[in-house]
Amino acid sequence: MRMSTRLAAEAKRAPGFDAQACMSCGVCTAVCPMGYEVLPRSLFRMVLLGLEEGVREHLPKIYSCLLCRMCEANCPAGVRIAENVRSLRTLVNRREFKLT
Amino acid sequence: MPLPTGVILGILADNLSRRGSVLPLSAAATTRWAKGLDLPRGGATVLYTGHMYQLIPTIEAMAGRMAALENSPLTKWFGLGRIANRFVNLSFFLGLLASRSRQRDYDRMLRSIAGLLRKAGVPFGYLYGDEMYSGALVYDEGMDETFGRHARKVAEVFRRHGVREVITVDPHTTNMLREVYPKFVPGFDVRVRSYLEVLAERAPAVARPASGELVIHDSCVYARYEKIVDPPRALLRRAGVTVREPALAGAATHCCGGPIEALFPAEAHRISTNRIGQLREAGSRIATMCPICLVNLRKAAAGTAEVADLAEVLAAAYGGEGEGEREDSKRQGRGT
Repeated sequence: MRMSTRLAAEAKRAPGFDAQACMSCGVCTAVCPMGYEVLPRSLFRMVLLGLEEGVREHLPKIYSCLLCRMCEANCPAGVRIAENVRSLRTLVNRREFKLT
Repeated sequence: MPLPTGVILGILADNLSRRGSVLPLSAAATTRWAKGLDLPRGGATVLYTGHMYQLIPTIEAMAGRMAALENSPLTKWFGLGRIANRFVNLSFFLGLLASRSRQRDYDRMLRSIAGLLRKAGVPFGYLYGDEMYSGALVYDEGMDETFGRHARKVAEVFRRHGVREVITVDPHTTNMLREVYPKFVPGFDVRVRSYLEVLAERAPAVARPASGELVIHDSCVYARYEKIVDPPRALLRRAGVTVREPALAGAATHCCGGPIEALFPAEAHRISTNRIGQLREAGSRIATMCPICLVNLRKAAAGTAEVADLAEVLAAAYGGEGEGEREDSKRQGRGT
């Protein structure tokens, strides 16, 4: 598994990215209408650890988040989950699709 | 093969940058709803549609074709489509596929909103062909630089027309203009209110009291982003409607699936089917307050429930429905 400190650093620098506050309680996963296990807490861990391949493998899930904020409304740590997913899209758009 | 995310996002971004909307429509298509209403051009307060209702018939036509292409080998040709789209507006051809009766339906919803505001004595103008799409989809997909450039163009239109307040008709445009634009446009201080908030403060008299029960479907963006939960309920109750709440309502509302329709049509349909099931448990007459929720839930209901836009429900009770259609008919009758 390749790790990219650059990915983690870029994510942490992204405005609005506060996934570091996630305590992996799993409430977000439980209430997610999409029912994806990876959204969003596992995904955030992958980003913060710089697990680039893991992130790439889950690109469809990053873009199929509804941004509905159901998770955010129930997050006990107050993480701005939808904004973090959006920040992640910004990062992926730039790195993978050359879109800004 | 799934639909190619990067290529589709690229087409949306190219369209917004080059043509001012993710799915550019002609000015005739975006302003047709206002024909015969004699709305003043511009002014300090404007009704701002953000083209959301006008886009739905085209989105509907496009979504059906995208769903057919999902997991098809034809998706590998999408890259060529993006190149072609830079030179030829492919949305123009998609617009030709949009159903005329659907266009009339969505135009009528906007007329109802305008009619309700007039009944309430709210003065407002309209920007006609100068009005632009808000850029919501490009922002949601994380293309911030493209979005920021567009937001500054929209702000410039407001400045040029002396707009100080906008009355919005859908949750996405409300959220963009109220919460997001101030972060991207220095000094953006236009007051933004949804027509539901305006009417809740200044409701017109009830012309024909409504009766019966109606299940309310809250938009995620209105309920969780903008905390707009009470105004639609207050207006419905005042009109005489018995409001039924589904198990997931208000701040706990469930998404309609619409936000992922462009990239993942099958998943979007799964979510809208789940939601319509929850709504049907509460009743078979359902009201939405976002055109994206409306189109997705109507499709998922497949005739098993009556799904209507809140504006039409309100206009039927308060008056103002189909505002302007009579004037149009008179003109046509005179052969003008």
